[in-house]
Amino acid sequence: MNLRHPFRALAAAAALALLAGCAHTPALRGTGDLGIVIERASGAVQVVDNTHRTSLGRVTGLGDLSHAHATYSRDARYAYVFGRDGGLTKVDLLTQTIAKRIIQAGNSIGGSISQDGSLVVAQNYTPGGIRAFDADTLEPVSEVPAEYAPGKFSKVVGLADLPGQKFAYALFDAGEIWVTDFSDPKHPTTQRYKAGKNPYDGLVTPDGRYYLAGLFGEDGIALLDLWHPEKGVRKILEGYGRGEQKLPVYKMPHLRGWALAGHYAFLPAVGHHEVLVIDTRTWTEAAHIPVKSQPVFVMARPDARQVWVNFAFPDNGWVQVIDVPTLQVIKTLQPGKAVLHMEFTPRGEEVWVSARDSNRVTVYDTATFAPRTVLPANAPSGIFFTDRASRIGF
Amino acid sequence: MKVDRIALLHVAVLIGITALAVGTARAEPQGERRVEIISMVRQDCGSCHGMTLKGGLGPSLLPEALAHKPAASLVAVIMNGRPGTAMPGWSRFVSESEAEWIVARLRQGFPHIARQESGQ
Repeated sequence: MNLRHPFRALAAAAALALLAGCAHTPALRGTGDLGIVIERASGAVQVVDNTHRTSLGRVTGLGDLSHAHATYSRDARYAYVFGRDGGLTKVDLLTQTIAKRIIQAGNSIGGSISQDGSLVVAQNYTPGGIRAFDADTLEPVSEVPAEYAPGKFSKVVGLADLPGQKFAYALFDAGEIWVTDFSDPKHPTTQRYKAGKNPYDGLVTPDGRYYLAGLFGEDGIALLDLWHPEKGVRKILEGYGRGEQKLPVYKMPHLRGWALAGHYAFLPAVGHHEVLVIDTRTWTEAAHIPVKSQPVFVMARPDARQVWVNFAFPDNGWVQVIDVPTLQVIKTLQPGKAVLHMEFTPRGEEVWVSARDSNRVTVYDTATFAPRTVLPANAPSGIFFTDRASRIGF
Repeated sequence: MKVDRIALLHVAVLIGITALAVGTARAEPQGERRVEIISMVRQDCGSCHGMTLKGGLGPSLLPEALAHKPAASLVAVIMNGRPGTAMPGWSRFVSESEAEWIVARLRQGFPHIARQESGQ
């Protein structure tokens, strides 16, 4: 290096300082194309970049992540990861470190964030109920025990954030839907609605208006119009099995990936190897599409032209793609052993698919169905991208 | 006469014990199949009962939760499910003797999945 000129020497020193600085401070970047992949067996998450299809690093020490769920801070920098062991961990995607971690319950399955981003709410099996935490500090704010009869607590499923600092959720044991308003965060108020037998999961439409709970104990779906809650729950698609023999269900379906395409909503049937198609103008069945096995996730590509479906054990090595205009299965894929989850990139040109027992995540081109990249991961399950940060019900 | 009878009884008991031991040894799944069953219980039963088996949507399968339940009825639940609940029958995937082994092992604390090498 020619250091005869003082200016050059200065520039070199500055460059060195910058390099040294880089070792400690992450490079300046956005978080819009980031996400996490849950590594369920090892209590870790990988931080991934869905533009370059790469893994940026791994954060460990998150506890029992079987059935883990994640929601995002509204600035899309932090992932709140809910573990089965009741752990709630705030992960900083930029520094790939744990910003804060608490054990908030004995047995938890997920959570959600309030409309204004100030409250993170966890849904728990033990003790049954929901708990609200300060999104910055994870300090407890308030809780609503799911005590549906004196001394009887229900497991909570299907928690979804709603407009107006509200959350809707379903009580598996009580057969009810509750809507809790956290406008006064320390003093939440709750409305109760009869739903049906054993709601197993729930979801809210992308506009935040309708809450649906899938029922395990009966053929039907409970629908609550949140613009008119005084009308109570309406049962839709009652008896959708039409006397067919109910097939055994070896894994509970999930309703998280709300699949709304035009006027159609796509939902997994329970005990039938079918995807149900609902006309959301009338809330009646528009079609039912035979698929390979018991559907678990039924998810629309963001442009709603395709719906991707994965399946319960023992057919969990398959994924099928439904073409929305024709309501037909147009593609069957085998991404690996035990496909647990799928997540579309924000505009849907690619989908990431986790295969637990193959220890990999495959990124598919959704136009050609060609695999573009395979990323190694240790027993991967849920994949959560940061575009969830700005969507109602995620 | 009396002594002979006792000796005979002893022999019979011994034969019985030996037969039982052989039977148990045969019922115990070996090798690949054992790995498969352990993985199935932890992962697939685990999707409702939790991977640590402490319970989820389904009840806990930990030793203390099962201690007072008769083995035969637990085996029957695995094979045939529990009508009116979300528990399906698993007879398509496990034999009766494998279900007996699963129940016996659940009562002792179920084995963990052998650590997989994922090449990382």
